[in-house]
Amino acid sequence: MHVPDGFINAPVSAVTGVVAAAAVAVSLRGARRELGGPSHALSSGGEKTAPLAGLVAAFIFAVQMLNFPVAAGTSGHLLGGALAAILVGPYTGVLCVSVVLLMQGILFADGGLTALGVNITDMAITTTVVAYVLFRTLVKVLPRTRRSVTAASFVAALVSVPAAALVFTAIYALGGTTDVPIGKVLTAMVGVHLLIGIGEAAITALTVGAVLAVRPDLVHGARGLTAPLKLRVGGELVDAPAAAPAPARTGSTRKVWGFGIVTALLLAGFVSFYASASPDGLEKVAHDKGIDTKTTQHASSDSPLADYSVKDIGDARLAGGLAGVIGVGVTVAVGSGVFWAVRRRRGADTPERTPEAV
Amino acid sequence: MTTPEATVNVPSLEVSGLAFAYPDGHQALFGVDLTVGRGERVALLGPNGAGKTTLVLHLNGILEGGAGSVKVAGLPVAKKNLAEIRRRVGIVFQDPDDQLFMPTVREDVAFGPAASGLRGAELEERVMGALAQVGMAEYADRPPHHLSFGQRRRVAVATVLSMSPEILVLDEPSSNLDPASRRELADVLRGLDVTVLMVTHDLPYALELCGRSVILSDGVIAADGPTAEVLSDGALMHAHRLELPFGFDPLSTGASRERAGA
Amino acid sequence: MGAGHSHRLYRHGHSPVHELPPHCKLAAVFLFVVVVVSTPREAMWAFALYAVLLAVVAGAARIPAGYLLKRLLIEIPFVAFAVLMPFVVPGEQVHVLGLALSENGLWGAWNVLAKGTLGVAASVILASTTELRALLLGLQRLKLPPLLVQIASFMIRYGDVITDEMRRMSIARRSRGFEARGVRSWGVLAKSAGALFIRSYERGERVHLAMVSRGYAGSMPVIDEVTATRAQWTRAAALPVTALAVCLLGWTL
Repeated sequence: MHVPDGFINAPVSAVTGVVAAAAVAVSLRGARRELGGPSHALSSGGEKTAPLAGLVAAFIFAVQMLNFPVAAGTSGHLLGGALAAILVGPYTGVLCVSVVLLMQGILFADGGLTALGVNITDMAITTTVVAYVLFRTLVKVLPRTRRSVTAASFVAALVSVPAAALVFTAIYALGGTTDVPIGKVLTAMVGVHLLIGIGEAAITALTVGAVLAVRPDLVHGARGLTAPLKLRVGGELVDAPAAAPAPARTGSTRKVWGFGIVTALLLAGFVSFYASASPDGLEKVAHDKGIDTKTTQHASSDSPLADYSVKDIGDARLAGGLAGVIGVGVTVAVGSGVFWAVRRRRGADTPERTPEAV
Repeated sequence: MTTPEATVNVPSLEVSGLAFAYPDGHQALFGVDLTVGRGERVALLGPNGAGKTTLVLHLNGILEGGAGSVKVAGLPVAKKNLAEIRRRVGIVFQDPDDQLFMPTVREDVAFGPAASGLRGAELEERVMGALAQVGMAEYADRPPHHLSFGQRRRVAVATVLSMSPEILVLDEPSSNLDPASRRELADVLRGLDVTVLMVTHDLPYALELCGRSVILSDGVIAADGPTAEVLSDGALMHAHRLELPFGFDPLSTGASRERAGA
Repeated sequence: MGAGHSHRLYRHGHSPVHELPPHCKLAAVFLFVVVVVSTPREAMWAFALYAVLLAVVAGAARIPAGYLLKRLLIEIPFVAFAVLMPFVVPGEQVHVLGLALSENGLWGAWNVLAKGTLGVAASVILASTTELRALLLGLQRLKLPPLLVQIASFMIRYGDVITDEMRRMSIARRSRGFEARGVRSWGVLAKSAGALFIRSYERGERVHLAMVSRGYAGSMPVIDEVTATRAQWTRAAALPVTALAVCLLGWTL
């Protein structure tokens, strides 16, 4: 999905560049809160952002090279947007994936410099925001168990990938320099990415499950649970005077969640219905078009070859219907995400120094 | 170092009644009391999981929120003093890759002093001075990941020396070092004129460098005394999962004890 | 493909291009690509001139043609896509060697290929003549938010460390007889990915501890700065300015 230079025209590239810059600016502020971590450290949270986000970015970069074999010598790999959002939160997720894209563009010429805005908008922003909003709403609705968190991760990752494809299609419709009909781009993009999304969902859910089993406190969406301190006095354990408890993360805007829950339910329902309705067709396309056909590093699951070359997906109605549902979902998700971000900023911002002044 | 309360009678480090649990619920410290006088070199011994690293992280206020208190040269570790505390307490972490996060050795050593406002020639002097103390001056412009492990460990020591600390805290300084690097580091440490708290499993190293040893076990201080005595108390050692290397007798190496005498 | 593998991307040298300050080069490359993207696709000769310009720069930087071409391979997926375009795009058909091709599609293919290739080539020249560390300083100088530059610099510093950890985990898996085959091995691989995340995050926490232990309070102290003279800016500007002239000609002719 790394878009090169010249694929999207200059004005639209510029607009997406502005969108990306704004989102990164908001995320820079948001990430400071997210990575503040539990309150046992005296240091205020903001200082933690750079090393943690940097290491998470290095992790995303590395994990994109981890091959997951599919069948008959083919393999896919993680895109990581949803995973990052679930593990470290949406703001940090946006930052990490954006930095990875920036470095890939400058160092490896993977993705054009002028297309950076397009790439960040659809791969960094859309995937993380959609995945996170879905994930949080599902976690709120489902019973508080590990299995729910894993299931929520699955759905969030599943939807996030075709959502990114949809956003790409929208950008293409606005400023594509080639004349491939939008309908074809839409069906091909969303169809193929729905398949990639299934792989992404499975890997993301399994990975989140693995982290959850060892360090549940590291999963952004599932924090809490502390036991009281004890003192060992002459071999006996006695309770120590309690310190200030870690402030619980509270969902600040009930309305947004309510709104999101309905959307998520609709989405989840539609997606699972359609996905199970024609598994054969999906598998076939996966096989024919290749989630990740070659073993080369770059002709991988997110390669434009796979994205655009598909002319007829088995069931156009299926893809189209899904695209519609996802479209609604994305709009709601992005909208409420922005609303949520703005509300939180107003509530939590302190007039501290902002060394990142853009 | 020249602050008014830092007089000779004030110990470098005072820990009392310190308890702490991690956010995942695991409690590591259950009431630690420890005092380290100015200029002393103390070894902190103990089995894996005794809470040694947790204790170290309390010394400069990285961890807090439990019970008890920590004072460095009379100054309590509290939010308002953190900048000064962190200048006074130089922690050398176990993995030099964690400690050396800047692109070149020079920038890494400069990080601390620069963060406290030093610039220009003064900064450069401080950096080169600290690198010279550990014998790494000629590596100033190399990226850290191109150095050997022993060299990286010594640069890590330089990164905190450049801040002229009151107390140097070393977490497993001899781990993963080959014998020559281990000796070179010992020479460097012996030559320093600061209070040292050394967390280690390397008992001969403790005997060689530190006159006094304390054992941290199950989150409390279980023993405190001259290193040779602590190491020769077989029952005490056994009770806390401490074992001397094969063929090593702390009493017959008295010469090194004299040398290390605080 | 580790982020920190500067030695593989960067070609050490002392050419005039190597010696330009990094922020000048970054700005020049970016503006050049902007100009290229804004050029009308019908002005084919303009793209040829751009290619000549880049060839001149590559020559000045003493980058061998073979090396440059090899690095261009990253574009292959899009080349394949461009090749398909004449068959997919509707519109007037032209017949070449008995194949029915769409004229629009041919133009589209040309457009994507020409602009994409020039963009990749410009980036490759930049990465081959500028050290990673200098690139980061350049980005900082170009007023990228400092926090973003810090994140990028930690990513570069630890990219190798994390990739190495991943490799060691893979060796450990294989040493115990595990062979990644088919979807059933995903559970194991995902556990590795999870472990890798925990290790990365915990290392991030340790790095943070090491930083605050040495007085870090949110912003990196300025230790090195890159500066550029007017002459250096002028030299760097030569590329985009010439390209702009070509572009304007392309629009008017």
